[in-house]
Amino acid sequence: MTFLAWLAVVTLTVTASGLLLSQDWRISLSLLGVQYIGVLGLVALHWPLSMAAIKLITGWMAIAILGITRLGFTRSKDLFEEFWSQGRLFRLIAASFIVVIVIAVAPKVEAIVPGLGLAVISGSMVLMGIGLLQLGISFQPMRIILGLLTVLSGFEIVYAALESSLLVAALLSVVNLGLALTGAYLLSLIKPEVGI
Amino acid sequence: MSSPLIWIVVPGVFSVIALLLRNQRYLAIMGGGLALLLTVLAIMLPIDQAVQIGNLTFKINTSFLVLGRRLVITPNDASLLVVFYGLFAMWLFGSHPTRTANRLVPLGFAISALTVASLAVEPFLFAAILIELAVLLAIPLFSEPGRPPGPGLMRFLVYQTLGMPFILFAGWLLAGVEASPGDLGLATQSATILGLGFAFLLAIFPLFTWMPMLAEEVSPYILGFMFWILPTVAIIFGLGFLDRYAWIRTSEQLSPILRAVGLLMVVTGGLFSAFQRHLGRLMAYAVIAETGFSLLALSLPASDSIQLVFLFLVPRSLGLLVWSLSLQGLYENSESLHFNSVQGISRVFPITTLGLLLAYFSIAGFPLLASFPIRLVLWDELASQSLGDAFWFLIGTMGLLAGATRSLGVLVKPAEGSGWDFRDPWGRALLIGMGVIGLFLLGFFPQIPAPFLGNLPAMFEHLGN
Repeated sequence: MTFLAWLAVVTLTVTASGLLLSQDWRISLSLLGVQYIGVLGLVALHWPLSMAAIKLITGWMAIAILGITRLGFTRSKDLFEEFWSQGRLFRLIAASFIVVIVIAVAPKVEAIVPGLGLAVISGSMVLMGIGLLQLGISFQPMRIILGLLTVLSGFEIVYAALESSLLVAALLSVVNLGLALTGAYLLSLIKPEVGI
Repeated sequence: MSSPLIWIVVPGVFSVIALLLRNQRYLAIMGGGLALLLTVLAIMLPIDQAVQIGNLTFKINTSFLVLGRRLVITPNDASLLVVFYGLFAMWLFGSHPTRTANRLVPLGFAISALTVASLAVEPFLFAAILIELAVLLAIPLFSEPGRPPGPGLMRFLVYQTLGMPFILFAGWLLAGVEASPGDLGLATQSATILGLGFAFLLAIFPLFTWMPMLAEEVSPYILGFMFWILPTVAIIFGLGFLDRYAWIRTSEQLSPILRAVGLLMVVTGGLFSAFQRHLGRLMAYAVIAETGFSLLALSLPASDSIQLVFLFLVPRSLGLLVWSLSLQGLYENSESLHFNSVQGISRVFPITTLGLLLAYFSIAGFPLLASFPIRLVLWDELASQSLGDAFWFLIGTMGLLAGATRSLGVLVKPAEGSGWDFRDPWGRALLIGMGVIGLFLLGFFPQIPAPFLGNLPAMFEHLGN
């Protein structure tokens, strides 16, 4: 179980960093899809698998909503993606810094919130940290929504260990889907030739 | 039948039905009518008491079960429903002349249902998620078809969304503090996280940057509506925390922190107002200062400080309504809301301009207008605590008045070669006229809304006493 938990943490670190670096929306959404498997792995430590699967299904539904909307755009690469390719090294270094900070801080957080497990705290902090980084360096709707979904995934990992209410699980799922629908709506407001 | 069914589910269902309707006039009338009906029901219908009409006897229960949790609206909440739906009805009636009914009526009802649910949900902590859902619904409300989303809208979404995790996590930590009240470290951590959550939610300095940005991007009337509903609900939600957790309520640090943050917002909102050249941004900074005034009221040690917080509710709402209604008129008829574009516009839209200026002066706390009596009470109370704080209060107010005076100068200064040409549409002029009369009435007779506002503190078990 511990091995699987740490495997999930590694998955989350790789996918979240990949989200930060990827230029292609298809790769970004695929990485997000894998990220939700990692989230499932950590949430399942505290919730029954059937209930933890809500996170995975909701996440994949959110990805489907965003993907279908983005498919309607004619250009696969656009002005934003060209801009995004710049500063990849900076983003990689920034993501590395976050991972280093998480390694340093997670044991202390575990002391404050005992019983969660180091893997849960590490995975959650990595997602929240890299998600916030994503939010801080872009105003583009797609990037913002991906960043928010990443931050919320990180939060939900920890919160699942603290609160097992069905209503909370349902409401958080609605928030995730709402974010995806909001992202789809925002994307639809932008003319396809301008880009996301 | 239960009270949440009437004041949460019915508006929620109507919001879906309203999505199917297209006629702006009917939408505004139906929406406003339903909101008024909900207001009247909140006044007339006794909650949790047997009612007999002829042979029919029924009782409005207080709770409604959803996924194992309860939505509860008690008789003590009736006053809030009266004020909330009454003010909401005014916003809806104004949606026709501002041509926003097709967005404001369906989405406004959905947002209202969610915000009322956020005040009714038990455990009350889950309100953070419901407020987040209301924020998500605000995105299509703000967005106009064919206009790409701006950075202000994105920042609004990010900042408001980030508030939710902080508040939920703080709620869990607060439960731990209750279990072991002696743990000072845990108390500090939970209070800090809670403070961060509310800083995002209430757009506390320096997290208010999205407000002036958004004011340049979206319809002023819709913006005014959100500026009314979000801070109001967030403050009542915050009061819920104070009511629920005795250790926060009785903490010696609470009052100085609230006062410092409140003054910071009043001063920054006021001073930034004085230097703006965009009418939308001016409204945003005035709202920032308004939130500061509410926090200042909350910081007062007097037992009636919560009463003061609620007394702000009606004058602020009416001022904001008249302001955004007028601003929408100028938004639709000028290139932009920048000073260069609206110079001398009073000669074309005199009533709209009058409404805008009087609403601005009212929110700035100008004598004889709606906000003045309450502002004076707050200033007096503050001065009795600290003259230094009262001085900073004055600086903020002077900044707001400077912004209002500059707007007055720009709006009435005629552009070269322009003459008088009255083009105020009668529908908008009538509503603005009624609003202006309301601003003066509340200025002269601030006790008018007292019958409803007086009972509001009773919503809170501890704060109300």
